[in-house]
Amino acid sequence: MRKSDRFLLFVAGALALLEVARLHSLHRGRERNEEVRGMASMARRLGLTDLSLATDARYARHPSQADRFAPFQDHPTSLEHFPSGTLIAPPPP
Amino acid sequence: MKRLHIPTWLERQRYLLDFTLSSLGRRKGKNLALTALYAMVVFGLASVLMYTQALRGEAMRILEGAPDVVVQRMVAGRHDLIPADRVERLSRIRGVQEARGRLWGYYYDASAKANLTFLVPEKFWGKAGEVVIGEGVARTRLAAPGEPFPVLASDGSVVILKVRETVPSPSELVSTDLVLLSEPDFRRLFGVPPDLYTDIALTVPNEKEVPMVAAKIRGQMPDSRPITRAEIARTYEAILDWRSGLVVLVLAAALLSFGIVAWDKASGLSADERREIGILKAIGWDTSEVLAVKAWEGAVISLSAFLVGLLLAYVHVFVTSAPLLTPVLKGWSTLYPSFRLTPTLNPFLVSTLFLLTVVPYTVATVVPAWRAATTDPDAVMRS
Amino acid sequence: MIRLQDVRRVFHQGRPDELVAVDGVSLHIEGAKVTVLRGPSGSGKTSLLALVGCMARPTSGRIHVGDREVTSLPEHFLAEVRRRTFGFVFQQFHLVRGLTALENVMLPAYPLGGSRKALVIRAQGLLDRFGVGSRSRARADWLSGGEAQRVAIARALVNDPQVIVADEPTAHLDSKLSAGFMDLVAALRDEGRTVVIASHDPIVHDSTVVDRVVTMRDGRIVGEEP
Repeated sequence: MRKSDRFLLFVAGALALLEVARLHSLHRGRERNEEVRGMASMARRLGLTDLSLATDARYARHPSQADRFAPFQDHPTSLEHFPSGTLIAPPPP
Repeated sequence: MKRLHIPTWLERQRYLLDFTLSSLGRRKGKNLALTALYAMVVFGLASVLMYTQALRGEAMRILEGAPDVVVQRMVAGRHDLIPADRVERLSRIRGVQEARGRLWGYYYDASAKANLTFLVPEKFWGKAGEVVIGEGVARTRLAAPGEPFPVLASDGSVVILKVRETVPSPSELVSTDLVLLSEPDFRRLFGVPPDLYTDIALTVPNEKEVPMVAAKIRGQMPDSRPITRAEIARTYEAILDWRSGLVVLVLAAALLSFGIVAWDKASGLSADERREIGILKAIGWDTSEVLAVKAWEGAVISLSAFLVGLLLAYVHVFVTSAPLLTPVLKGWSTLYPSFRLTPTLNPFLVSTLFLLTVVPYTVATVVPAWRAATTDPDAVMRS
Repeated sequence: MIRLQDVRRVFHQGRPDELVAVDGVSLHIEGAKVTVLRGPSGSGKTSLLALVGCMARPTSGRIHVGDREVTSLPEHFLAEVRRRTFGFVFQQFHLVRGLTALENVMLPAYPLGGSRKALVIRAQGLLDRFGVGSRSRARADWLSGGEAQRVAIARALVNDPQVIVADEPTAHLDSKLSAGFMDLVAALRDEGRTVVIASHDPIVHDSTVVDRVVTMRDGRIVGEEP
């Protein structure tokens, strides 16, 4: 097969897979939608304020409820020392 | 002489692509490694962006169920227990339909080395001495319904509670570390006097009155800190903002260093490449065709990397629940949620990634070739 | 066929290392004839060849290819003239390394964007004609000197040009292969093509195939025979 055709075929294949991913996202999104709705109603029932993403620090477990300066308890410019802090930054002042 | 004739143009581009692929095929190993490296950078970037974007989307929807206002008491700049009589005072503020004292706190379980969140629901459906635990708690403490659940109380005694049931798994994103229990059990375990609560949640039916209510609370109780639901939402907007977060920073650095490598590779046109461009020009190729070949060269590598990286990132985040990102979230904790986020292939995200990866790389390949492509074709005869 | 009027080509003009490669040459190259430019290295024959082949523009003077004045054409159109009218054979053959012999022969036709099937047949036909058809899938860097030159000639002919321009084509060939090359030149002329060769190899300019020998020195024409 001609080289350019092979490459174009590869691109077409990748785009087809991307379309499969899109269809998957629609399908799985509907499924997950129910779960998210369930979690919203659980949050309402239990009065939850935060996602339980990380449990290693107070400000990581309940970022919205933490003291504003919690990440800097040791020193105002102390470096972040919890790994989850790489994804969960301290809330803005 | 040269009008744009679409079939001829297309055929010409296919020929140029043929040549580009043959040309890349000469250093197959090197070019494949380069593409793989680039695909990995795209994969990392796309994974973080997809993950945080999906998480933010779910957080926004879930937290619509959060209390309208949470009132904390601050003592010397720290969150402290709030007197129960304030429930009454807060409920009298105009716009507040209901005020409710909440009891919750953290408990470090030394045997599982896990931080748990103990919480008293408004209406606990279990009996005294019973707990309802999140899936994550069940996993790390290996406790199943019906089994004992020992807790070290604040007075040093060990209180044996009993697991009534677990919170169903699909809600792990909010419930994984929860231990739900009755109010008397909570007060007994943590030694909280009956006239104190952790904080107070308010129901304010009219959203527009929330800022006013918050201002009033600050005025009437200067040591309090009201947190509105909008502020909660803003916190999550901010922490899951794709610009923040060291991961993106690190990846940006990776992208940058890759850019430098790519630039170095592309800009340092080798003597061979220069000679080749000379030959092409000598046998009748035009400057524009030489540049088109260079553009194809950049596009073939970066487009392949983009497509492969994007697809792998989708599978990684939404089919396999991002195993490479969880170590970051897990951090030093032993208890972490397991969840599969709502998949999205956001067109904005996809096009941003495309523009960030394919365009600069292609430009970085074409620009250095410009000089070589515009030299006189007879240069090749003089060498 | 090709007429040059008082053509000059100066490199690095106005700088201390200024070099006049071609100094006021007027020459008429007739169609369907074999013309050889002879002279020592540095005499300007390669530079003149580049001007004849529209690979470079003269610093001054005019060049006509057929009825067309090409000195004032923009680069883009010059490239068009170059690929439709001329076929080039270089001293080092200048095949593109890593590509197969067949791909090398096809290269000059890529910008034209014609049918690929026809192009493959044409290119393979040319390789067959020059006795290297069996090597069409071999990479250019694996070819022997003689094979490489035949592939280079096939490449020069793929767009069916009227004029073949060759720069020192026998420099890397032994006497037998050089004589073989002149036989090919004779065949091309008999097809009605114009051939212009720059060479200081006696095998070339003493060959009976050659219609005219132009001798150059210091960028000027110093002799013509016949």
